[in-house]
This record gives sequence, C-alpha cells and structure tokens, in this order.
Amino acid sequence: MANHEYETHEHDVIVIGAGGAGLRAAIEAAASGVSVGLVCKSLLGKAHTVMAEGGIAAALGNVWPEDNWQVHFRDTMRGGKMLNNWRMAQLHAQEAPERVLELERWGALFDRTKDGRILQRDFGGHRYARLAHVGDRTGLEMIRTLQYHGIHQGIDVYMECTITRLLKDGDRVVGAVGYWRESGKVVVFKAKAVVLATGGIGKAWKITSNSWEYTGDGHSLAFWAGADLIDMEFVQFHPTGMVWPPSVRGILVTEGVRGDGGTLKNSEGKRFMFNYIPDFFKGETADNEEEADRWYADKKNNRRTPDLLPRDEVARAINSEVKAGRGSPHGGVFLDICTRRPADYIRKRLPSMYHQFKELAGVDITAEPMEVGPTCHYVMGGVRVDADTTQSTVKGLFAAGEVAGGMHGSNRLGGNSLSDLLVFGRRAGLHAALYAKNYSGALAVDTAQIEQAARQMLAPFERSGGENPYAIQSELQETMQTLVGIIRNEPELKEAIKRIERLKERARKVHVDGHRQYNPGWHTALDLESLLAVAECSAVAALERKESRGGHTRDDHPYTDDTWGKVNVVLRFKDGRVEVSREPLPEMPAELKALFQERK
Amino acid sequence: MPTFTMHVFRGEGRTGGFTEYKVEGDPGMVVLDVIHRIQATQANDLAVRWNCKAGKCGSCSAEINGKPRLMCMTRMELFKEGQPITVAPIRTFPWIRDLVTDVSYNYEKARQLPPLRPKPPEPDGTYRMMQEDIDRIQEFHKCIECFLCQDVCHVIRDHEENKKVFAGPRFFIKAAGLDMHPLDTRTDRTEFVKNSAGIGLCNITKCCTEVCPEHIHITDNGIIPLKERVADDFYDPLTRLFRRRGSRTEST
Repeated sequence: MANHEYETHEHDVIVIGAGGAGLRAAIEAAASGVSVGLVCKSLLGKAHTVMAEGGIAAALGNVWPEDNWQVHFRDTMRGGKMLNNWRMAQLHAQEAPERVLELERWGALFDRTKDGRILQRDFGGHRYARLAHVGDRTGLEMIRTLQYHGIHQGIDVYMECTITRLLKDGDRVVGAVGYWRESGKVVVFKAKAVVLATGGIGKAWKITSNSWEYTGDGHSLAFWAGADLIDMEFVQFHPTGMVWPPSVRGILVTEGVRGDGGTLKNSEGKRFMFNYIPDFFKGETADNEEEADRWYADKKNNRRTPDLLPRDEVARAINSEVKAGRGSPHGGVFLDICTRRPADYIRKRLPSMYHQFKELAGVDITAEPMEVGPTCHYVMGGVRVDADTTQSTVKGLFAAGEVAGGMHGSNRLGGNSLSDLLVFGRRAGLHAALYAKNYSGALAVDTAQIEQAARQMLAPFERSGGENPYAIQSELQETMQTLVGIIRNEPELKEAIKRIERLKERARKVHVDGHRQYNPGWHTALDLESLLAVAECSAVAALERKESRGGHTRDDHPYTDDTWGKVNVVLRFKDGRVEVSREPLPEMPAELKALFQERK
Repeated sequence: MPTFTMHVFRGEGRTGGFTEYKVEGDPGMVVLDVIHRIQATQANDLAVRWNCKAGKCGSCSAEINGKPRLMCMTRMELFKEGQPITVAPIRTFPWIRDLVTDVSYNYEKARQLPPLRPKPPEPDGTYRMMQEDIDRIQEFHKCIECFLCQDVCHVIRDHEENKKVFAGPRFFIKAAGLDMHPLDTRTDRTEFVKNSAGIGLCNITKCCTEVCPEHIHITDNGIIPLKERVADDFYDPLTRLFRRRGSRTEST
C-alpha cells in the first residue's frame, strides 16, 4: 500500500484524554517547562468529568475537625476491601486537600460553610462529611476550572482527535497515532512521554452512566503496547441510575441524594438496607432507623445509615430486592427524599437531579420518590502504575485517573474519583515531564508502525458488504450486561468469553459506508476494537478470581477469601492473546497497618 | 408505539438539505434517541455531536423545529403526534457535516478573556468566602457551554463580520463571573469587555436567556451589570450629570 499522508506534531509530553486527570496532568507538565500536547476525543470541556455530581473527597476537616488523611486512607482501603495499592491510597488521602484548595485558587467556587470555608457533604463509606461540592454539579465546576486555567498555560490542545495506537521505539513509548474526527485524516504525535487519561470502559455494558467515548481506549492502548493491566474484574455498578423511561435508563442519580438524607425503599415501603449490612461494616453501621436518622446531625454518637454503605453493597442489595419481587414498577427500587427533606432544600442541594427527573421522566422529586437501579459506572481496574510516578510497566507511558488501576482496590468510594484525578493527574504530569527532560537519544518513530496503524484505520472502508458496527456494539453490550454483570458465575463468564471471541471475528468484517469526514459509523467501527479488548480483559479476570469482593460478585464463590485478598489478577498481551497471572499485592508498612487495629 | 417522521438536515460543505426518516418510537424518547436510532439502523454515517445524554455536557445543540435546543433534553412528547419534526445544525457557526458545526469561534473567544488573578490567601493558606457573595457567580458557573446563546444571538447570527469584535453572551457571563469573583484582583476586564468583547453591540433582547437550558439569567444578572460597569468606568459620571441637566434646560 502506498504511504499514507499524515501530519506530525512533536511534544515533550502528550496527554491523551482531557477530563480532570488529563487537564491536571497537562497543566502540571506545562508548569515544569516542557512542551505539552493535550489530545481530546471530544471538544474541550465535554469529557465525562462533567457528569460527576456529588463532590471531591478530601479530608479538609472543615465540617468535622476530627477528619484527617489517616481516616480518609482507612475509609478508602476498607471501601476497596483492602485490595487497594496502599501507597496510592495514602498519597491520595494526603494530597487531596491541597488539590482542592488549588482548584479554589484557580477560580472554583465550592458551596460554603457558615464561616466561609469549603462545605463538605456526606457520602457512602466516608466516616465524616468529606466531599467538597457545588450542589450536584461538582464535576462541571472542576472541569471548567481546569479548562479555563489550562488554556492560559501554553498547552497545545487537539480537539476531536482519537488515538488508535501507541508508537514504540524498542521498549519505550515515543508517541501515538490517531485520526481527526472532522477530516478523518491520520495524525501522528511524536513525544518523549505519553500520559494516558482516557477514563473507563463503561460503554461495554448496556445499562451504563457512561457516554460513547468510554470505550476503554487507554486500557487497550497500554495493553497492546505491552503494559500490565490489573484488577479488570472489578467493575462498579452504581446503585442508583434512572430506570424509567427506557431511553434514560442508566443515567446517574447522585449518591448525594442519600448523602443529603434520601433513603432506599422497596415496594412494601420498607427501608431494606437494614437487612443487608455485611459483617465487615456492622461495627460502624446503624441497625435501626432512629439511629440512622440521628447520624446525619450527630456522627459522634451514632453509626452511619446503611443507605450509605459502599456502592458495591448497595447495588447488590437493590439487585436482591428486585429479584425477590419487591421492586418498583419498572424494575428498580424507590429512592425517597421528598418525605424526608423540605422541597426548597432539595432544589437547592440537588438542582440537577430535580431538573433531570422533571425534564426526562416527568417526576417531581420534591413530591414523589424516584425509581432507581444499578448502572455500570466505573472500572476500578486499569493500567498497573508505580504509585509515586504513575509510570506504567512500559517506559515513557504514564496513566492517571480511571484508566489507572490499584488506587481503589475492588470498589471505589464515591467522591474518591475526582480527588484521584487531581492527585494522580498532577503526579502524572510532573513525572512525565521529568522523564521527558531526562530522555536520552533521538526521538525516532517507526514509519512502519504508523503505516500499519493507518491501514487498520482505513480497512473498514475497503471491505465490501459485511457487518454493521452498531449491531456488534449492541450485541457486546447485551453480552456484558447479562453475563458479566453484578452477579457472575463460571459457566456464564465462559460463555461471555466465547461470545466476545465470535464478536471479534465479526468485527474484523465490519464495513462502513460513506467517507472519512465526520463519520460516526466509522468511529464506532474503530472503537469496537478497544471495546472488545477491554470486555475480554474484564471477563477473563472475572473468571480467574474465584471469590466475591467489592465490584466482583460470584454466586459460585460467594465469600471473600483471604488468599485472594493478597493478590492482583494481572493481564498481559502476549502473541495476540490475554495472558493471566496472579501477583502479590505490595505489602503495607506496619505504621499504616496499625490504623486498622484501632477500631473495627 | 408511535412512528416519528423526522426531517434531518444532511450534507456537507456547501450542499445539504432535509432527508426524511421514519422511526419507530419508544416511551420517553428524546430527540437524540431518535437520531441515534436513525444512525444505528438507517444511516450509519449520520454526523452528530453528543456526550453525556443528560443535559450536562452541552454537546448536542441543534435547531429543532427551528428552535435552538439540546437534543438530549427535548422529549418527543413535546411535539404533536404525526407531524414531521425538523432537526438542523446550529446555524451561527460554520457547517461541517449533517448536524455538526465548527464551534471553534467560542474556544478562541474563551482564550482572549483575561483570566482570574486571585488575591493572596489567608495566613492559613485558604480563603474565606460567604455563600451569599458567590450565589450569583455560581449561577453563571452552571453554564454547560452548549453555545445555544451564541447561536441565537442576532449580533453574530446573521452578521459574520461582527464575530471579530463580539464575544457573545456565553463570554459576557464568564466575564461577569470573573468580575464578581470575590478573589479576583483584575482591573482590566471591563476595558476588555467594552473594547474587545463588544458588549455595546448587545441591545439586550434577551434571546440568549430564553434559550439557556440551564435557565441562567444571562441578560439580567450578567450582561446588564457588565454594561453598568462599563458605563461607570468609561463615562465620567459628572460629565453625564451636566449633560443631562443641559438637555433638561433645553427642553423646558
């Protein structure tokens, strides 16, 4: 095939993904004095971070002075069922407050306490009210702040540009190749260091809070480039997504509803979460309604309401209630805040939720309960990174945010995502810049790799007849939803892997009509490759882990098993196949272990 | 279930027109769902921009039956059954393909706006701000950058030549938000708003406010206070006082 024409851009660091982690990484790298390119799959400011609602977890201690990084660290580790990379969880808890204050210096306006400090709200799994927030649109505030700060830092922004392959020189990553959405032309980025900040994989499921972009691009780019992935079996199903009408199924309903006093009820009007308190959390969870209600105002003398157990627990409980026939008319449960808080308070604290239910479901949440059910929301697993530098197991490749694994263990606490983006986004930018400064030798990209990537991109136009990319995507989503959902077992996972294999075959025959200019059929066809890769990784890891923990529940292995609590499931790409192994978790130092002895 | 008749604007570059599609509906559908169904089953290459599908990212702006709206927040039930519904790209920006336009104008204007220059924090490294002092700015921060206000603004909608000298409602509320920010110390933003952002061209017809999906009071809370600030900073109040007296004397 003749040489493809392409434009080339060269930077010290390129950041792929422009949500919270990518923007924060780009800002930090630019501040280190290197040249930075920021590649966004969509327009700047539209990344999934805007969807984050509840807040940023940081032990500022503004509402509860008793709070500090040790408590936050402990909550995070326990929420992740101790499978977290302890060093990441420690850095996260220690640095989150400074990252929040920094956002404020850049113009973010969080809701205030009476004495003018940053107000913090309750969220699941957090011992104290800890989430800095702006009503229920915290992610929007965060991304706008980073965006408007970022555009004055000399960063080159490449919008509507999708990366399909990383480029390697020997054992190190030296750039990336992709295409412009608008023109369909191939573009090459030469870079001494690459930061992945591409978010998650939620588009592989049918009921999801994730947008079209969440096709696991960064996960698969890293995987194909030889990096390790860990914890891919752990997928978070957020307990509260909308369930009705069908067209909005999966859209997120913030945990802030429960943080601000809302409770879950079944069709009998019972607050069923009291029946689902696991032993692991018995000591810190209220076992009666009176204590649970008192807890909102007095956290010292009361235990937390079970409505705010970590998300994995709540999602499983809702699943069980619906299966037992105690669900709402459209297959969810009820989330009631209208009988518990005044209408003005609800509208002030939860304006987007009010708006969303009113406009999309015709439900007034100040007067009627919401109908909610689990929705695929977040992947805990991702690129295995060094905690301090965020460098992957491949030289020159860094990862931050949802695409990185380890920070959240088997289950992420609400509010820990936005803080993760800031803490590790900054670290990724810093260390990628340092790496680029110390880069030795010439920065050379291999034309053959570029040519191959370009050929793969254009292949769907050249096949005749064949498959519709949307049909394959939808069958994959159905497969993952039914066979790799909240509750899993061996026969179903094996069946899922078989089906994914068949879908991979069919994806090789996908044909797209039309031309390369802004052609969503083609974009969907190209996204299929990464979507299928991450779906396979997730199913393979889920089959490997024969226990139940956090965002991975096996009804054929229903208990948490201590031996499994000491290992990560690690995936590597070898000879075109997924290679699985179990590797020990990093050992937590004694002084941190002591934090878990104090109170059970 | 009803069958919808959709007239979707299709084409690219210079040539385009409405193409009719018949789509089987489901309960509770929004316009974006119907567009997606066309895309998946009848026209794989139908170009449309979208992300969150929940009214939070502001990507899926279009003109539906001639009115600027977010496709993801416009329910099909809003329209009379059986009547065709037209979906066209937002017209104020250069057209790329089908429902997609080139909105880079907005990103250029964003970069030109003088950013926040915060005062130093309190000795403990943090800031104190009272909720009542930030309520109004938080209203502006609700902006999802859908650019519907920019699309409907007649200063630029039919006057390409004004784009050079006019930033548009989105950036007036951005400027107002920065100007009213308790931490900001800049003094040059009003001059920018007057000379570079062209606020004088706005004659407060409130079209922007009417189409805002976040219901931000763009005109009353943003543009008018900015205009007042421009008047205060650039027109000496004493001179104006004399001028007014003079005219009164003349009329009596």
